[in-house]
Amino acid sequence: MRIRPLLVVALFLITAAAPRGAAAQTAAQAHPGEYAPADIAYGSRLYDAQCTTCHGANGDGVGGVDLRSGKFRNAVTDQDLVRVITTGIQGTGMQAFKFDASEIAGIIAYLRNMNSFDRGAVKAGDARRGQTIVETKGGCAACHRIGTQGSRVAPDLSEVGAARSAGSLLRSLTDPTSQMMPINRPVRAVTRDGKVISGRRLNEDTYTVQLLDDQEKLVSLVKADLREYTIQTVSPMPSFQNKLTADELADVVAYLLSLKGR
Amino acid sequence: MKPLKAILTLLVVIAVTCGVQAQVGSDRLVNAAKEARNWLIYSGGYFSNRHSNLTQITPANAKNLELKWMYQAAVAGAWQTTPLVVDGVMYLTQRPNDVVALDAKTGRVFWIYRHTLDPTQIVCCGANNRGLAILGDTLYMGTLDAHLVAIDSRTGRALWNTKVAESKGGYSVTHAPLVVKDKVIVGVGGGEYGIRGFVAAFDARSGREVWRFYTIPAPNEPGGDSWKACPPKTADSFCDPEAWKHGGGSVWVTGSYDPALNLTYWGVGNAGPDWNNEQRPGDNLYTDSVVALDADTGRLKWHYQFTPHDRYDYDSVQVPVLADITWRGAPLKAMVWANRNGNFYVLDRETGKFLVGKPFVKVNWMDTFDERGRPNQTPQPAGQPTWPGNQGGTNWYSPSYSPHTGLFYVSAWEGYATIFGGTPVEYQEGRNFGGGVNRSFVPVPGAPATPGIRRGPINNWTEAAATGAVLALDAGTGELKWKFPMTDVTDSGILTTASDVLFTGGREGYFQALDARNGTLLWKASLGAQIVSGPITYEADGKQFVTAISGLSLCVFGLRE
Repeated sequence: MRIRPLLVVALFLITAAAPRGAAAQTAAQAHPGEYAPADIAYGSRLYDAQCTTCHGANGDGVGGVDLRSGKFRNAVTDQDLVRVITTGIQGTGMQAFKFDASEIAGIIAYLRNMNSFDRGAVKAGDARRGQTIVETKGGCAACHRIGTQGSRVAPDLSEVGAARSAGSLLRSLTDPTSQMMPINRPVRAVTRDGKVISGRRLNEDTYTVQLLDDQEKLVSLVKADLREYTIQTVSPMPSFQNKLTADELADVVAYLLSLKGR
Repeated sequence: MKPLKAILTLLVVIAVTCGVQAQVGSDRLVNAAKEARNWLIYSGGYFSNRHSNLTQITPANAKNLELKWMYQAAVAGAWQTTPLVVDGVMYLTQRPNDVVALDAKTGRVFWIYRHTLDPTQIVCCGANNRGLAILGDTLYMGTLDAHLVAIDSRTGRALWNTKVAESKGGYSVTHAPLVVKDKVIVGVGGGEYGIRGFVAAFDARSGREVWRFYTIPAPNEPGGDSWKACPPKTADSFCDPEAWKHGGGSVWVTGSYDPALNLTYWGVGNAGPDWNNEQRPGDNLYTDSVVALDADTGRLKWHYQFTPHDRYDYDSVQVPVLADITWRGAPLKAMVWANRNGNFYVLDRETGKFLVGKPFVKVNWMDTFDERGRPNQTPQPAGQPTWPGNQGGTNWYSPSYSPHTGLFYVSAWEGYATIFGGTPVEYQEGRNFGGGVNRSFVPVPGAPATPGIRRGPINNWTEAAATGAVLALDAGTGELKWKFPMTDVTDSGILTTASDVLFTGGREGYFQALDARNGTLLWKASLGAQIVSGPITYEADGKQFVTAISGLSLCVFGLRE
């Protein structure tokens, strides 16, 4: 079955919907070079809002603690940092903070790069402008749903800001295939009587596959009943690398990061 | 034969064949694999083939299998036990350390024994128990707080309770004991807590410890020099000069026994700490090895180390499978082994001689073997994936060997990798001693990785992170004969029968029968929850049954009448 032209030109952010918690893995980077600039920038804003009261803008507000040094008394790995931030340190002023996966990825990325991060080099997006782009120029609602508006064909973005990191969201816009979650891979099935079914995969096992088809219907197929079954590894979402300016991309990312669900 | 002895022998034969509950003497254990209507030993027999001579269920009629009865456990969590079946009575463990006796025809319960755990106990990797052993009319169970308990099989009353090790130090006993002659043999788990592992034998009547073999030798013992001295300290290095004291070497699964050689074989777990290999220089014997121990004394006859100086947690957490095969035209007392490190091995079980080593999944931590079977290790650059990943090409779940097909069957994880990293960790009693900063290798940053132990009902990693398979390998060469692919990975054990039916499950909750000759799907049932134990088969009232545990449900199938 042909994919409707509207779907092709629409913002098919199929890469975006990962389960909550999955992006926590992105916080656990082993090497400094792996932290995305967008994550560092997002983390810097969170740091300014949540951490400067005690640690100060330069990370040296607590006696004997210099966050910019890259060495931490109670943490070696990123996992250690996540633990310290989310559970606090008993007997000290370090309280437990409640961050979602996107936020913790940003905080860690920023802490690992405080020393070299140039705030002036990264454009902070404007979420309100980003919303306008998503709703107009981007045409995202043709495939994606946010709240009660938009198509369900591509992953729902209502909570994407809690699940995906800033860097991942930016890459989703510029190189969608690189960020497409395996579970979201589009599938195409042809039944024995020749009926073609296309849709977004929701679940799969050895004998069956569950999907949301391009008519937004929940469909479960038995593989043994199919003449053809293919899983596509290229995202149908177009790249916005040359369709949006850098500022516009930053605005869209800022808007998507604001989508935290309920 | 004298008349009295002949009469007694006849009475025993009649009692056994007519289903009367006779004592399970050591002679019955030696011949357990031939006593097909029962399942007397964790792996079906001392050779651990998980192969039954029952033939009622065949490739032709497997499609007529139907559910006969179910038994529901009360405590949630992975249920990894293998039942025993003795003359119409099924005995099995359930979480945390209960023993249940029930009617093998109906599932109705006779009695339940409940072990009270020490509240200070610490167990790595899930509060699992994998089963029981029996001798005479006594059942034996290892416990999560590292005790060994003897229980009257008729009443469920405890007869004795022996402390095997100190549970607050992370010691536990999670596998089914192995009874050999008048001894009950168990090993201890807890490598992730820095234990010093051992295998120990206890007198079956009194519970008194008879012998102990440490899987981590002391410096003055043979193999002790494989825990080498630390190099001169530098600012960035951390090396533990007494690494052997908490060197790991767990025993997570039941061993095997060759009565003719009087050798008992045990797979030994990873070194401690699991991943930061730099702080324990040397090969770290006998971690990641198989050890052959004299059944009477516990003395080491031979060993073979699959993964010297492990940095990947590739513990040999597999049941040693013994097979009498023809190898290069000559009969061979073989040991066949699909290891967590991704390689299939054939060893001479009399001498431990390495004969075959061949990857059964993608392997890049090593490339070749020398003539003695030592792998040439090829550690990957920092940040690069290593195949197989942390959970291994296979893991603790039991494989099967069918003398009928000559094939070795293993549940495998394919396309599965981890980006390994170590970090220094100092030993503290009862604290995790992993020393790892590992990441699962996923093709998209932030994508879900295959969960190590459990899964929910949605497979959201799919083919990109790992897939499962049943692999049928030639037992003499490791050559792949057929493959049954699964979308999700599998933690299920495998059972084969003399009628060439293979039973297995998987994380998807399907319980399926395959043709053991070619992997053709014969029948399947969706049981709704992950299957993480090994199926068994037995006969009651002349009818063959087969078991599968899915989630909290023990499901027993038989042919439609």
